[in-house]
Amino acid sequence: MTTTVTSHRPQPPAQPLTLRARRLPAYAAPAIAVVALLVSAGIVYGAGIGGPVLVVVIAALLYLAGLYTAAKAVEGRRAARNRTWSALIHSAFVLAVLPLASVVWTLVSKGTERLDGNFFGTSMNNIGARDANGGAYHAIIGTLEQVGIATLITVPLGVLCAIYIVEYGRGRFAFTIRFFVDVMTGIPSIVTGLFVLAFWVLVVSPWFNDGRPGFSGFAAALALSVLMLPTVVRSTEEMLRLVPAPLREGAYALGVPKWKTILRVVLPTALPGIVTGIMLAIARAAGETAPVLLVAGGGAAINFNPFENNQSSLALFVYQQAGEASKYSPARAWTAALTLVVLVLVLTVAAKLLARRNRLGR
Amino acid sequence: MGDTPHRSAHAGTGGTRVATSHEWPAGASARVAEPSGIPGIPDNGLGGGGGLPRARAFGAERAFRGLTLAAGTTVLVVIAAIAIFLIAKAVPALRVNTESFWTFEGWFPNDDPPKFGIGALAFGTVLSSLLALLMAVPVALGIALYLSHYAPRRLGNALGFLIDLLAAVPSVVFGLWGRDYFAQPVADLSAWLNKYFGWIPIFGEGPYGSSILLGSVVLAIMVLPIVTSLSREVFRQTPTANEEAALALGATRWEMVRTAVLPYGRPGVIAAVMLGLGRALGETIALALTLGSTYAISFNILQSGGNSIAANIANRFAEANDTGRGALIASGLVLFAITLMVNITARAIIYRRREFTESAA
Repeated sequence: MTTTVTSHRPQPPAQPLTLRARRLPAYAAPAIAVVALLVSAGIVYGAGIGGPVLVVVIAALLYLAGLYTAAKAVEGRRAARNRTWSALIHSAFVLAVLPLASVVWTLVSKGTERLDGNFFGTSMNNIGARDANGGAYHAIIGTLEQVGIATLITVPLGVLCAIYIVEYGRGRFAFTIRFFVDVMTGIPSIVTGLFVLAFWVLVVSPWFNDGRPGFSGFAAALALSVLMLPTVVRSTEEMLRLVPAPLREGAYALGVPKWKTILRVVLPTALPGIVTGIMLAIARAAGETAPVLLVAGGGAAINFNPFENNQSSLALFVYQQAGEASKYSPARAWTAALTLVVLVLVLTVAAKLLARRNRLGR
Repeated sequence: MGDTPHRSAHAGTGGTRVATSHEWPAGASARVAEPSGIPGIPDNGLGGGGGLPRARAFGAERAFRGLTLAAGTTVLVVIAAIAIFLIAKAVPALRVNTESFWTFEGWFPNDDPPKFGIGALAFGTVLSSLLALLMAVPVALGIALYLSHYAPRRLGNALGFLIDLLAAVPSVVFGLWGRDYFAQPVADLSAWLNKYFGWIPIFGEGPYGSSILLGSVVLAIMVLPIVTSLSREVFRQTPTANEEAALALGATRWEMVRTAVLPYGRPGVIAAVMLGLGRALGETIALALTLGSTYAISFNILQSGGNSIAANIANRFAEANDTGRGALIASGLVLFAITLMVNITARAIIYRRREFTESAA
C-alpha cells in the first residue's frame, strides 16, 4: 500500500491511509465506454461482420468486461462485481425501453393518420378495397355494449363472491373457491371464447334463433365476463380484507345484523378499491380480441342490438383490418388501435389515480 | 384432468370446520366476531343469555348469505362448465378423426375424411412461450430491481406506473407492430445469425420472416411488463431491516440485493414467471399475426413458419365447419389443460409462502 488517496489535500498523518478504500476515478467508466466503442467499431467494420447494431452490442460486452477488470484491479473483486451487476441492471432497463418506445411511437405516428370525424362517424358497411374512407363507429359501439353488459353481469357476481369468501366462507369449500378463482385468472382468453361458443352459441342460442347458431354481441359479453370475473373477485377480496376489524365490531356491538354491516359499513369503506379493481378488469376486457373473434361474428355494419346478429369490437376491428389486402386498411387498423389504447389507458390511469386516493392503502 | 371441484363440500360450509387450521392470508384478522356458526349454540350468535331476539329461519341474513354462497359457487360451476362443454364438443370431432390426434402434423378437419393432429401446435406453443420467457425474464428482473432498488425513488415510481400502463396495452397492438414494423429487423437478425452461427441447429436456413423467433420476441415484449410489475411489487416488500442489516455488515449494493432481496422475493418471482408463462401460452392474436402458420415440428426458429394452438384457433376458425369447430375446440381443451397445470403449480407455490399479497394480473 503506497500512496493513492484521491484527495489532494494534505492528509493528517495520524489517520491510517488504508481506512479509505481505493476507488475508480469518476472519469473511468465513460473512458472505458469510449474505448470499448472504438475497439468494437474497429472489430466489426474491420472484419466486415455487421452494422451499427452489432457495434453497440459488442461495445456493451467489452464495456462490461473492461469495467470489471479495471474495478477489480483498483477496488477489488466485490466492488467489481457490484459495478458489473449495476451496469447490467441499468442496461436491462435500456434494452426493454427500446422496443416499448418503438411500439408507442409507431402507434402515435401511424394512428393519427386517419384520426378524423369520418373514422368515428361511419362504419365499414359497403366499403370496398378501393375506398379510402370507412371507420370504426360500429366497432366502438360493439366494444362499449359488450363491455357494458359484461360489467353488469360481472360486478354483482364478483362482489358477492368476494363477500362470501371474506365474510362468510369457511373451511375447505371457501378455500376451494379462492383457489379456483386464482386458477381462473390464468385461463386463456381464447378458451373462454371457445367455452361460450360451445355453450351459448352452439347449444343454447339455437333454441330461440330458429335452430341456427346465434353469434351476437351478448355472447361476446358472456365470454368477457368469464374473463373479468376472477379479476373483480380478487381485487374486491383484497380490499374487503383491508377493512379494519374494529369497524365491523363496532357495528356488531350496536346490534346491526351482519348483512347490514357488510352492505352499510364494510362495502362503502372498501368502495374506492373495489371500483379500481373493476376498472382495471374493464380495461383488460376491452382489449381482448380472441373471444370476440370467436363468438361475436364481427359484422361490418352498425348494429345497436347486442342480442341479435353480428357485432364487431374495436380490438376485432384492428385484427380484421390487419388481415385485409386493401392499401387503406393499415391506416384504419392503426387508428383503431390508437383509439383502443387511449380508451384502455384512460380507464387504467383513472383506476390508478382512484387507488391513490384510497384511504385503506396497503 | 383431476380438477373437477367437489361440490359435496357444500355441507361443510356451516362453520363446523373452524378448528381445521387453514393458512389464512395476512388480512385474516378481519374475520373476527362471526356472529353465527358454532354448532350447538343457538344461532343468534350474540350471547346475551337468550334475552336477544332469536335468529329467524328466513330472514334477510339467511337470504344474503345464500346469495353470496350462490355467487361463490358460480365460480366452480363456470370452471366445471368450461371443461364439460369443451369435452362435449370435442369428442365427436375426435371420434371421426382418421389420424392420431397427438402425433399427426397437419390440420385438415374440414376434409373428408378429417385429419388433424395437435403435435406440431402444442410443440410450437411450448417452444415460443419458453423462448419468450428465456428472453423476457432476465430483462424483467433487471428492470424490477432497477425500479425498486437502483433508480431514485420518484423516478422508480413514475417508471413503475408506466410499466403498469404498458401491461394494459392490448395484445393486438403488439401483434400489429410485430408484423408491420418488427419483422424486417428480425429477418435481418435471422440472416446474420444463420451466417455466423448457422452451425447451431436452431439457427437454420431461411426463408426468413414470420418465424418462431419473431413470434417469441413479440411475446417476450408483451410478457415483460407483466413479469416486471409483479416482481417489482415483490422486491419492494423486502423488509427494510434485512436490507439495512446487509448494508450495515458492509455488503455492497449488489451483495445486499443478492443476500436480502432475491431470497426473499424468490417465491414471488417464480409465481410471476409462471403467470407470465400462462399468459404466453394462451396468447392468441399477437401470435396469429406474427407466426407463419405451418404444421411441422422444427427446431429451426429462424425459418418462416411455426404455429401455436391459440393462433391456429384464431386463424382457422372462420373456415371451420362442424367437425372443424370440434377439432379447434379439442385443441382448445389441450391448451386449457396445459395452462391449468401451469397455473395450479404457480398458485401452489404462492400459497406455500404468503408473506406478500400479490395483486394478480
